[in-house]
Amino acid sequence: MSRLNSPAELEEFRQGILSKRDPDKPCITLCTGSACLASGSAGVAEAIEAEIEKQGLQGQVEIRKTGCHGFCERGPIIVKNPEGICYFQIEPGDVPEIFSETVKEKKIVERLLYSDPDSGEKIVHEDEIPFYKNQERLVFGSNGSIDPKSIEDYLAIGGYGALAKALVGMSSEEVLEEVKKSNLRGRGGGGFPAGIKWEGSRNAPGDIKYVIVNADEGDPGAYMDRSLLEGNPHAILEGLTIGAYAIGACEGYIYVRQEYPLAVENVMLAIKQAEELGFLGENILGSGFNFKVIVHQGAGAFVCGESTALMTALEGRVGEPRPKYIRSNIKGLWNRPSVLNNVETWANVPLIISKGAEWFTQFGTEGSKGTKIFSLVGKITNTGLVEVPMGMTLRDIIFKIGGGIPGGKKFKAVQTGGPSGGCIPEELLDLEVGFDELSKAGSMMGSGGMIVLDEDTCMVDVARYFMAFLADESCGKCVPCREGLRQMLKILTNITEGRGKEGDIELLEELSETAKEAALCALGQSAPNPFLSTLRYFRDEYEAHIKEKRCPALSCKELIAYYIDPDKCQACGRCLKNCPAEAIIGGKKKIHIIDQEKCTKCGTCFEVCPAKFAAVTKISGVPVPPPVPEEERTVIKKSKKQ
Amino acid sequence: MSAVMDNERIDQIVAKHDGEPSSLIQVLLEIQSEHHWLPMDVLKRVSQKLQVPMTRIQHIATFYKAFSLVPKGSHEIHICVGTACHVRGAQRVLDMVEDMTGIKPGETDLDLKFSLETVNCLGCCALGPVMEIDGKTHGKMTPAETADVLKNYN
Repeated sequence: MSRLNSPAELEEFRQGILSKRDPDKPCITLCTGSACLASGSAGVAEAIEAEIEKQGLQGQVEIRKTGCHGFCERGPIIVKNPEGICYFQIEPGDVPEIFSETVKEKKIVERLLYSDPDSGEKIVHEDEIPFYKNQERLVFGSNGSIDPKSIEDYLAIGGYGALAKALVGMSSEEVLEEVKKSNLRGRGGGGFPAGIKWEGSRNAPGDIKYVIVNADEGDPGAYMDRSLLEGNPHAILEGLTIGAYAIGACEGYIYVRQEYPLAVENVMLAIKQAEELGFLGENILGSGFNFKVIVHQGAGAFVCGESTALMTALEGRVGEPRPKYIRSNIKGLWNRPSVLNNVETWANVPLIISKGAEWFTQFGTEGSKGTKIFSLVGKITNTGLVEVPMGMTLRDIIFKIGGGIPGGKKFKAVQTGGPSGGCIPEELLDLEVGFDELSKAGSMMGSGGMIVLDEDTCMVDVARYFMAFLADESCGKCVPCREGLRQMLKILTNITEGRGKEGDIELLEELSETAKEAALCALGQSAPNPFLSTLRYFRDEYEAHIKEKRCPALSCKELIAYYIDPDKCQACGRCLKNCPAEAIIGGKKKIHIIDQEKCTKCGTCFEVCPAKFAAVTKISGVPVPPPVPEEERTVIKKSKKQ
Repeated sequence: MSAVMDNERIDQIVAKHDGEPSSLIQVLLEIQSEHHWLPMDVLKRVSQKLQVPMTRIQHIATFYKAFSLVPKGSHEIHICVGTACHVRGAQRVLDMVEDMTGIKPGETDLDLKFSLETVNCLGCCALGPVMEIDGKTHGKMTPAETADVLKNYN
């Protein structure tokens, strides 16, 4: 492929691609994002390829391995185009039937369709499924229709059109103005307006400036940046290049975690392809603008998601943050003006340029424009990545899109913003998501993790969990974070293990105050949030742990015991057989009992006890009743009892 | 897995990054991924070739989680303890693995059979709690299933 030297050549090239494509040709798109790969989509891909060969359909049926479609709960996902028939949870064994029925006979395989959990109704098309129907997939939508390894696929859907428009049709000031007008706010955490950040760098003195993609997505339970980078790497490159043009940067970096091998692979390939076609390099599309992109793999440190730490890491040093008397957009990488935005922020830029700020601002709320991708996970029926307009309520996201809580459990809270965020309780479910709204509720937008918690989740344990994470990830440079978080973790651990005492809550509050005021970077400053927000909304749980040594959610291992109700046990032997600790004493027609000394509290007995008996229970805050004496342990079958 | 990496290969990796001191992390990552750990002799060679003092290399090799200064076991177990897996019971899976292997996260057993690490998100939250052994994902784990899976590696 030769370089394209003008927008006209790009358009001609695009038309060339489109003319070779027949929109009516059968095409099977298969999700091969990380989540679907984990549920076996590589095997499905092989089966499809083998079937194409077996049936002699080479050239007649196309297979397209795309990035993440978002509905990870039901992966691997297949969409048969042009009809747009969606099949879920595909196994290699299903493939021959898909070919014989759907590809050849144009019939639908009912059993592979999405079935509505409430009505049992089968749904054929993606846009009719509640999970997709209620989303607004501006940024994430292309993921499901393009092969991330093919630049032609990206060009076919209009890719690099925004770049051409910006470089040739707009001055760099105009590009900056458009982004400012869109009020695009950073999707990585703080929500700082991107345009203002860009303007700072643009006006900063110096000839050499940088633009950087923050793909060091480290929030546990959040994987939207990963999916974007894996599934649509060219969109990020295009956004980055437009940003570079706006501020006058000649070099860009992508800081991506080495734990994301597929993202690294796809983005490296995308750079190579973009260089070959002249979307990167010298004199891009004949505009005279030069720009190159370098991939830097992060070696695993959560703090490197912080802007100054990330830039230090890029320089090949230990990623520790520095005080920000001077912001990094003025003095960043190698002390030069550097604009750092996260993956999703960059991916929004081509949309804003090609469709205009006015179009963009029709989505969202007054303070938060556009859409946001959330990673909707935890105790939720439809785990996956969802993109919604800002301003949608948490209730709609969790219940309409997410399908509510599985297993008939009760919703308790939703954790947003990762370790820097907080927990939002049921009474605030009608909160509209947006940067300022979430902050007001004591949480934050963060990068978009949304972890749903049900009645079985202990809120004190959630606070302890995040504190453990942050204490471990603290770089150690400043005292309030290094020592403060460690002490907070110690106290929270004591509380969850039944060693909490009066005054612990006050001490935690004092340590929180110190970290918020005095820590060097956002990691330490926001570290108390999970504790503070759970305390704010669930103080009673803290008090139960401390005063009664009781875990209301029956979750903290040290505070609970498993107990078999002698009136309910029917001596079926399930728990006895499955207990990995051999802690259950029982026998034929004998009421089973748990040897509390041996019990490791793994919960296996609780899970395997048939629901119709429900004999195994968890107890907390009260002593375990003494076992039934040997002579009274004969089971009287329920049916025979009067 | 040999105890040392030959100098020639180290030099090749360094040369690939133009011998730039700022590429130190990338060089170490490449060695780590190829050799699975960073022996002292290898670090000394890198120090010489990149003209970076050993103190800085040690600082980096101990700061970032990707690096290991001790050999790894032949099976690498990763337990996801991301928030989604945590609330679905990752701790119980981890307890079971610790119990069966006798090692804690970050450790390798004396026979160099298992290395155990916790990770913060494997990006397949729908399958949580997730355990990954040698790159193979095992989803929706319960303590009993964890035990079954691990037995296959015995």
